[in-house]
Amino acid sequence: MSIFIDKDTRLVVQGITGRDGSFHSKQMIEYGTNVVAGVTPGKGGQTFEGTVPIFNTVAEAVSKTGANTAVVYVPPAGAAGAVYEAADAGVRLVVCITEGVPVMDMTKVMPYVRERGVRLIGPNCPGLISPGASKVGIIPGNICAPGRVGIVSRSGTLTYEIVNHLTKNGIGQSSCVGIGGDPIIGTNFIDVLGAFNDDPGTDVIVMMGEIGGTDEQNAAAFVKAKVKKPVVGFIAGQTAPKGRRMGHAGAIISGSSGTAEEKIAAFAAAGIGVMKRPIDVVELVRARLKQ
Amino acid sequence: MNLHEYQGRALFKAAGIPMPDGDVASTASEAESIARRLGGTVVVKAQVHVGGRGKAGGVKLAKSAAEAGEAAERILGMSIKGLVVQKVLVVPAADIANEAYVGMIMDRDSQRPVFMVSPAGGIDIEEVAEKTPDKIRRLAVDPRYGLLPHQALGLALFLYPDIARARAAARIMEQLYTVFTTNGCSLAEINPLVTTPDGKVMALDAKVIIDDNELDRRPDLALLRDDTAEEPSEVAARRANLTFIKLSGNVGCVVNGAGLAMATMDLVKYYGGEPANFLDIGGSSNPEKVVNALRIITSDPAVKAILFNIFGGITRTDDVANGIVTATRQFKVNVPIVIRLTGTNEAEAFRILKDVGMTALSDMDEAVRQVVALVGAAA
Repeated sequence: MSIFIDKDTRLVVQGITGRDGSFHSKQMIEYGTNVVAGVTPGKGGQTFEGTVPIFNTVAEAVSKTGANTAVVYVPPAGAAGAVYEAADAGVRLVVCITEGVPVMDMTKVMPYVRERGVRLIGPNCPGLISPGASKVGIIPGNICAPGRVGIVSRSGTLTYEIVNHLTKNGIGQSSCVGIGGDPIIGTNFIDVLGAFNDDPGTDVIVMMGEIGGTDEQNAAAFVKAKVKKPVVGFIAGQTAPKGRRMGHAGAIISGSSGTAEEKIAAFAAAGIGVMKRPIDVVELVRARLKQ
Repeated sequence: MNLHEYQGRALFKAAGIPMPDGDVASTASEAESIARRLGGTVVVKAQVHVGGRGKAGGVKLAKSAAEAGEAAERILGMSIKGLVVQKVLVVPAADIANEAYVGMIMDRDSQRPVFMVSPAGGIDIEEVAEKTPDKIRRLAVDPRYGLLPHQALGLALFLYPDIARARAAARIMEQLYTVFTTNGCSLAEINPLVTTPDGKVMALDAKVIIDDNELDRRPDLALLRDDTAEEPSEVAARRANLTFIKLSGNVGCVVNGAGLAMATMDLVKYYGGEPANFLDIGGSSNPEKVVNALRIITSDPAVKAILFNIFGGITRTDDVANGIVTATRQFKVNVPIVIRLTGTNEAEAFRILKDVGMTALSDMDEAVRQVVALVGAAA
């Protein structure tokens, strides 16, 4: 079992002929993701790698192939437009990998997708993977293994670090979801925690946050009130200076708010097992899987 | 990207926000001639990206053009919190009857631009929010419809009971909303918004932060970046497409991915070391990036050892290994390097390093402990 994507995921790749889009499309196909279509305006009628039909529009791709999920590898200037297009074409999930989408664009994208009942993951995220079933985005498939731990994270390579520890120690994952490092994102911790809580295939949840904003604090309150499964957490950025954007657009301590200390305290207060080091994930998760 | 006050004023002026006349100067004689043109008493204000300019002596009142020149002479070249003042703004001293606060931020929770206004102006708004939250009114604006007239007037009436002043303030809020949305701001602030004894309402300060993600499509705003207001190493890093932030420790860090980079710094600290920097080489694995990263880090004399922490996904670890080898051939690295590589093409990466007599580790924890021990031994 898994959340958001599985064997029934039929994926359309927006920007499939671009540098990143084509590289990762090959990786997704290799992993077993059902990539049913690609979209690059002007290249409709061609095929990708001789097997995947390319269309000029997402609407056409959806009507011809029955795609239900879209992934966006379009450069920042066109990323918001690509999300609008996917939402209008009738897919239920849009995953936006693109980094550098202007935040002002996202303030308009969010009500648009919400009104259409479409879930957006990202932008500026590594996407998600349900090991053994499907991967949408850029998470390396070889470090994951099927299992019963749900992962949700604001970062990319830090997620790989943690997942790698789990897999090497024989602990598999139900789904790993990278929600992205931007200030305004389509799917937040609470959305994913709720989905894992309802997923019969998930026993323990690992949540990786970082400095900036209050999403982790809100998530901690949600865990305390609603989540029935054990949660293990990590916060990156204890050594980050105030007022500086730490790579991710959203990883910034504004004034005195959004610090690692306040997030760690919120986790602890909600009964979340806090990792001091990435490697601690193994023991903390193992102990909770035994419960 | 932070704008200087004089740059923010230009954006405000373009949107029609009433402000006192004034101009920016790089020399004392320029400041003097601006003051002469303005006439009367002027204020000379240091243009630096830090708060608390007044307390640091960066804002001075001058009663004549000659005094303005002298004030500028003292302020220009002054160091405020480590930043050297290159420019001063010269504006007429306003006759103030009342000070209020009007600001906008991009709010993460509501996912909308949010107004914050307060009749308690001229002071730190965070402090007002903490001590007297009832003195602040917030309003999230739906960007599809913009700031509606009744919303603007509602906020303005919270500041001024007098309808004439409230109407003037409401108009300024609409103009500020235009500044915010048309320039992709993450913050736009008027602190203080003042009323004069003759009933005029105007902005006395302009603080603007632009979302860095806007700069690609707005080259006109990108031009406003002031490289002299930043760490030279950070400017060099940005030109090399690296995300780099200088810190005060002695363990140089080269990492791929922002989250892992922060976690690496935290782990250095956990084992008793101090990170010298945040550095994310990004997703693509161009060996040239690694060379540039090493050049920037080794130019910091405080760095006693360097840690590479690379989790190869899209980043190919063999490219990183090649970059390290290339860098050590191009210039001498006088401090020890501890390398942690795992993931894509790691066998090839280990071989490349072995061929030049270098070794790598595959475990992050072990690599961090090792680099911290090396720095401890060097101290």
